[in-house]
Amino acid sequence: MSRTLYDKLVDAHKVCDLPDGDMLIYVDFHIMNEYTSPQAFSGLDQKGLNVWRPEAHLAVIDHVNATRQRDPHDDASKLLIENLEANCSKHGIAFYGLGDQRQGIEHVVVPEQGLVVPGMLIACGDSHTTTYGAYGALGFGIGTSEVEHVLATQTLRYKRLKTMQVVVDGDLGPGVTAKDIIMKVVQVVGAGGANGYAVEFAGSAIKTQGMAGRMTICNMAVELGARAALMDADDAAYRMAAGRAHSDLLHFDTEEWSADPGAKYDKVFHIDAAQIAPLISWGTSPDQSVPIDGTVPVVTRDMTPKARAALDRALTYMGLVAGQSVQDIPIDSAFIGSCTNSRIEDLRAAASVLKGRKVAEGVNAIVVPGSTFTRMQAEAEGLDQVFREAGFDWRPESGCSMCLAMNDDIAMDGERLASSTNRNFEGRQGRGARTHLMSPAMVAAAAISGHLADVRTFRTEEG
Amino acid sequence: MPKTIKGHAAPLPLANVDTDVIMPKRFLITITREGLADGTFADLRFDDAGAPRPDFILNQTPWNKATILIVGDNFGCGSSREHAVWGMAQLGFTAAIGTGFAGIFYDNARKNGLALPIVTPEVRDQLMTLAADPDGGEFCINIETRTITASNITVPFQIDGATQNALIRGGDDTLDTLEYAETIRAFEAGLTDKMRVRVIK
Repeated sequence: MSRTLYDKLVDAHKVCDLPDGDMLIYVDFHIMNEYTSPQAFSGLDQKGLNVWRPEAHLAVIDHVNATRQRDPHDDASKLLIENLEANCSKHGIAFYGLGDQRQGIEHVVVPEQGLVVPGMLIACGDSHTTTYGAYGALGFGIGTSEVEHVLATQTLRYKRLKTMQVVVDGDLGPGVTAKDIIMKVVQVVGAGGANGYAVEFAGSAIKTQGMAGRMTICNMAVELGARAALMDADDAAYRMAAGRAHSDLLHFDTEEWSADPGAKYDKVFHIDAAQIAPLISWGTSPDQSVPIDGTVPVVTRDMTPKARAALDRALTYMGLVAGQSVQDIPIDSAFIGSCTNSRIEDLRAAASVLKGRKVAEGVNAIVVPGSTFTRMQAEAEGLDQVFREAGFDWRPESGCSMCLAMNDDIAMDGERLASSTNRNFEGRQGRGARTHLMSPAMVAAAAISGHLADVRTFRTEEG
Repeated sequence: MPKTIKGHAAPLPLANVDTDVIMPKRFLITITREGLADGTFADLRFDDAGAPRPDFILNQTPWNKATILIVGDNFGCGSSREHAVWGMAQLGFTAAIGTGFAGIFYDNARKNGLALPIVTPEVRDQLMTLAADPDGGEFCINIETRTITASNITVPFQIDGATQNALIRGGDDTLDTLEYAETIRAFEAGLTDKMRVRVIK
């Protein structure tokens, strides 16, 4: 019988069924950060438990560390950083801390180190673990109690999800990127539209994406509620994993990590790639987006009172007027970074727009490369010079930084940002901060213009 | 854990209440589970100076003693932070009733005994109206029979068997799973050596 890729991955990792209807699944690889793991380690201590298989875990510092300099910016973040290092040392777990060339945002580090290959099951105390679906690996976020569970048992209690297929076929227009594809998918399916589902992406517009673009798409699939996002593993996925630090892992080749032809899904969506424009979010939920040449939504007659109230609330928070053109919206800041869009390909895309241009006066522009390795690669390519000459603050350290503002990169009340990140929630980048999500190239275009701008009107380095 | 949860309910009709709103990040820089009650819904409950916002439902009588929330669609979306659930429990909440919850939040709630009954949009709206009535009285959620009783109505809710069992039984998933240690070892024995991840230190 034809199986989905999701079902193949779950079947391959099922340890046993449990009497209450859940199953135990085996976790091949588990990643930890400093903010969702401390209480898991103390749970082990309280119960007198050991780590089941210490070599199957990696801990990375990324959420709370400063990126302006290496030293912690305050005592609280220092405590979290030291706590993780001490826990890893005690339990014999690999730790990529500050100053280590392998350090960076966990979902940028793991592919760089060759720690994701098709067929794996990866868990991490971070919702954006869906990223690994780009490789045909089943990755998903877990809470701290589950982090403890994986540490102690190398398994998770798991319930099989329903499946959804999202097919994106056709050719993308100029200036339209993977970020625009996933923002379109979130807009169509809705935030929460995939709650309870594993999403499999298919179609020509997906297959023609490079691995970085595929990761951007799977990464943000969690914004539609997907607990897992998957793409068929192809040659590109295997090629990317080869030749990296952990390439001896390339042996999950027990079966084809792709959906069988004719596999059935509980829900299917079709999206025409040619109809996708560069998108920007105008509201406070990632599904609230419009094309860059569009306008802020207005109340319509068929809206329920609830929808009307939600629109009003979002407009008030964002300080926008219904019906205004989004290209007229001025920005205070531009941020390029995050596990969604801080890879070398993202930096190159932004740099191609910035080259020979200057950030508009008064705009605070920041770029935080996704990992130390990515930063060094970018510097070797001279990208740091392009950013610096344009007026961007090129950060010497890597981490999540202003994507979620858990370090000292906190936007001010009312500050409006063009951001290459994943969430435009109220207060996400700082209390009262107003986030507009978009692709890295669009952030660059906005930084230069001083307002949200259409990247298609810019001649890039490549022409 | 009792098989029934009783308490006053408060309406929180906003859709897509994310875990950044439930537990803002400035409360997350901690290595313990404790001390999160004040952080829960902090930006909704308090103004910049730290004074309670009088227009927020949980700051109003009688909803300030609510232990059950009736919530909008897609509650708990966003980050995986379990701090959101710890904080809700520490603030005294025992259940949130909604039409659907984000997956990680749902699992985190189960681990901490916070019940999340799932109802249809019609039933949710009905319960929202009852909760908005200051004289609405207590809600009673029966985990075993999968029903909610409020005022003069009794309505069904959905909950999967494993979560229902976990709420009633309590217990510790980690310790319970270790009873399957032999089964896990047998599974591992079937993996080829090169399928066993060894992270380079």
